[in-house]
Amino acid sequence: MTAPAAALLSVSGLVKRFPGVLALQGVDFDVRAGEVHCLLGQNGAGKSTLIKVLSGAHRPDEGEIRWRGEVVSFGNPTAAMRSGVAAIYQELDLVAGLSVADNVFLGHELSTAGFSRRAEARRRTRALLDRLGHPDISPDRDVGRLSVAHQQVVSMARALSLDGQLLIMDEPSAVLDPDEVRVLFGVIRELTAQGVAVVYISHRLAEIREIGDRVTVLKDGRTVATGLPAREVKTSELIALMTGRVLDNVFPDRKPVDPAAPEVLVVRGLADGDRFRGVDLTVRAGEVVGLAGLVGSGRSEILETIYGARKAAEGTVAVDGRPLRRGSVGAAVRAGMGLCPEERKSQGLLLDQAVYRNITVSSLSSFARFGFLDDRAERARSARLTESLDVRPAGVERVVRGLSGGNQQKVVLARWLLRECRVLLLDEPTRGVDVGARSEIYELVRALADSGVAVVVVSSDVEEVLGLADRVLVVREGRVVHDGPADEIDESRVLDLVMEGHAA
Amino acid sequence: MSEDTAAVAAQQQRAPVAKDSGSGLSGLLGSPAGRNTGLVVALVLLCVGGVVTAGDRFADVDNLLTILRLAAVIGVVSVGMTFVITGGGIDLSVGAIVALASVWATTLATQGIANDTHWIVIVFTALLVGGACGLVNGVLIAYGRVVAFIATLASLAAARGLAEIISNRKTQIVNVPGFAAFFDASVLGVPVLVVIFAVVAAVGWVLLNRTTFGRRTFAVGGNPEAARLAGIDVRRHTVWLYTLLGLCCGLAAVMLIARTTTGSATHGGLYELDAIAAVVIGGTLLTGGRGTIAGTVFGVLIFTTLSNVFTLNNLSISAQAVAKGAIIVVAVLLQQRLARRSGA
Ligand SMILES: Nc1ncnc2c1ncn2[C@@H]1O[C@H](COP(=O)(O)OP(=O)(O)OP(=O)(O)O)[C@@H](O)[C@H]1O
Ligand SMILES: [Mg+2]
Repeated sequence: MTAPAAALLSVSGLVKRFPGVLALQGVDFDVRAGEVHCLLGQNGAGKSTLIKVLSGAHRPDEGEIRWRGEVVSFGNPTAAMRSGVAAIYQELDLVAGLSVADNVFLGHELSTAGFSRRAEARRRTRALLDRLGHPDISPDRDVGRLSVAHQQVVSMARALSLDGQLLIMDEPSAVLDPDEVRVLFGVIRELTAQGVAVVYISHRLAEIREIGDRVTVLKDGRTVATGLPAREVKTSELIALMTGRVLDNVFPDRKPVDPAAPEVLVVRGLADGDRFRGVDLTVRAGEVVGLAGLVGSGRSEILETIYGARKAAEGTVAVDGRPLRRGSVGAAVRAGMGLCPEERKSQGLLLDQAVYRNITVSSLSSFARFGFLDDRAERARSARLTESLDVRPAGVERVVRGLSGGNQQKVVLARWLLRECRVLLLDEPTRGVDVGARSEIYELVRALADSGVAVVVVSSDVEEVLGLADRVLVVREGRVVHDGPADEIDESRVLDLVMEGHAA
Repeated sequence: MSEDTAAVAAQQQRAPVAKDSGSGLSGLLGSPAGRNTGLVVALVLLCVGGVVTAGDRFADVDNLLTILRLAAVIGVVSVGMTFVITGGGIDLSVGAIVALASVWATTLATQGIANDTHWIVIVFTALLVGGACGLVNGVLIAYGRVVAFIATLASLAAARGLAEIISNRKTQIVNVPGFAAFFDASVLGVPVLVVIFAVVAAVGWVLLNRTTFGRRTFAVGGNPEAARLAGIDVRRHTVWLYTLLGLCCGLAAVMLIARTTTGSATHGGLYELDAIAAVVIGGTLLTGGRGTIAGTVFGVLIFTTLSNVFTLNNLSISAQAVAKGAIIVVAVLLQQRLARRSGA
């Protein structure tokens, strides 16, 4: 297959094997200078693997990569960066403890005769951050202390630091709020106008329509369609290509909440003395309450404090009328609470352990008799759950680290499904989850609510909050500024509330 | 290509099934044995070396029992150490705790009570002292938030110092008849000390692999924050882990008293290094989250057999130390290879 003249990068017949998994089994596509090329595919389709192969982090087992018409094989990411291919991975790869400037130039430090030119590095970092619309980040800050969104920006600065011709971004918007996504798109447009090509991965179809030029769809490690026009192609067609089935309604139908249903979770005057204060929240059995707000507005902190993972300074949390001891996760879990944390890797998962062990870790006593575990039952129950959540590849003995991002998220969810909670707190439950699985998760959450569980969902995706929740709370700078039924408010109103005093 | 991929895809589907069928007895025995092949090979090679160089002096029942008796004491400590390391910790004070427990359990006062009542008093005293030391370590680390390395380094100094004060730097000879009689005996030809080691290892294996306690240990060592958010009381669990190791040290002290008929502040010298080395070459990850009791037992046996072979050949302690160091490096390198190949 010969690449068209305009192709900056062209890939054919790419194959990548992992022990027991064929992650890529024949990928073909090409990227032209100045375009935004979107990659779509279900969780585990191989998008991240493809990116890692393209950027030199993995070696392909078969196939050919042509960069500006020549066959290349990048030995490592720095080599790729020097040739002009830079990637921002789904799992951010910054070194906490080093400064922003040090991270930006990590691996290609600026130096003269072995002495690092720190002032120059700082200056160039600042210029890059300005270009990315974030003059507020100081080049001297410790990266570990930045918010996830800001860390993302630093990753981009790093990718741009060697004057890349091709920038690959793996789900960059997953950690950003709408405002920041807009800034990101501004940067992408500016780059493409300069002739830089961008490969953009996202599970949000709306974004792909807004920023994309052409779309390639991967399914099970194979290209199933390539070069589709991003703005014209029908959503139903994309979903059908990705999933192999037709999906007409993403959000499940809501049943009206019984106003006489018991109040399961009651939070009064909660404050942590730092990020938020005066939070009142009541969730009835069968109700889904959504918390909308910007990243950093205090929503995750509110959830963690309700859960006892952070100590409350003031206020009370009660489940089924019984107040919980402050700052005790154990008490919350015993009272029937479950939390899917925001950061699944650092807060949610035992990455090097088997899927089933991750699922049963919160319910060990229900599998135990006099402290002895029934391994077989654990595996069987986990297998049923992962099957119903369609975790791929199947197999509860697999180590979680080898699963794709979306599938890891499902494993965390499965943990609390297994426990049959009274109150389920979900922090960004569909971050990085594909459209098909997302609607499955929505259905699951709805089914749980219908069975009498009280659910609280934090999400940066306003559409998700409005589509899933019965009631919406808007959080801004640590305060609840709106509390009302979801069908009495629309997306633009929520965005207004979220941004108020922010945009100016 | 399509044939190729179809084959791999089919294999991919079969793989989990094959794994699941191994969940019974065969899986139970099969998988750890598979992981321990390298250790078994090393042990066999050592034995062959022993037979070749020392002939009948090595391949003698009495000699083999001596190896096992020597392995028993450090073995009990190493089993406890496996728990702490799997749980993401480290304990440098084990040798000092063994010394303190041995001294405390053999003071004239304790021996007097034991003679008046029952020799079991000595056993309980040692266990109590060991357990208490472990508890202090655990509380310091879990609630005082002192780094394990530092906290146990401090305990090392303090416990050995206390042992010297109590014993007045003198070796205390045990003179409780029932005690010596019990521990010097054999069960079906196997010395009691060896039986104790076997029981501790078996109980440790079950505890680590078959109970909620063990599973929590893996979780706490693998990712403490995730374990906490999953509802595990990580701090309390950490205290339990160190207390458990303390108890193992207490038991090891009893066994050492029985073997040497003395209690002394110099007992247990460098046990921390021997135990950590045995645990690590056995395949337990120093960063926590992965641990194997069977591996630890092999690690202990390898080191003890090595000393025995060297001693039979009149090689110096220093030569033994060099060989030990080499074994640790080779074992760790091999393990990294294996881990990478299995894609973990
Ligand atoms: N290091 C690894 N070891 C073993 N298997 C892996 C590894 N990395 C990826 N895989 C497997 O390769 C396949 C593709 O994974 P990949 O992360 O590329 O998916 P993805 O399309 O990016 O999914 P997501 O949308 O969830 O991020 C999956 O089956 C995954 O389990
Ligand atoms: Mg991915």
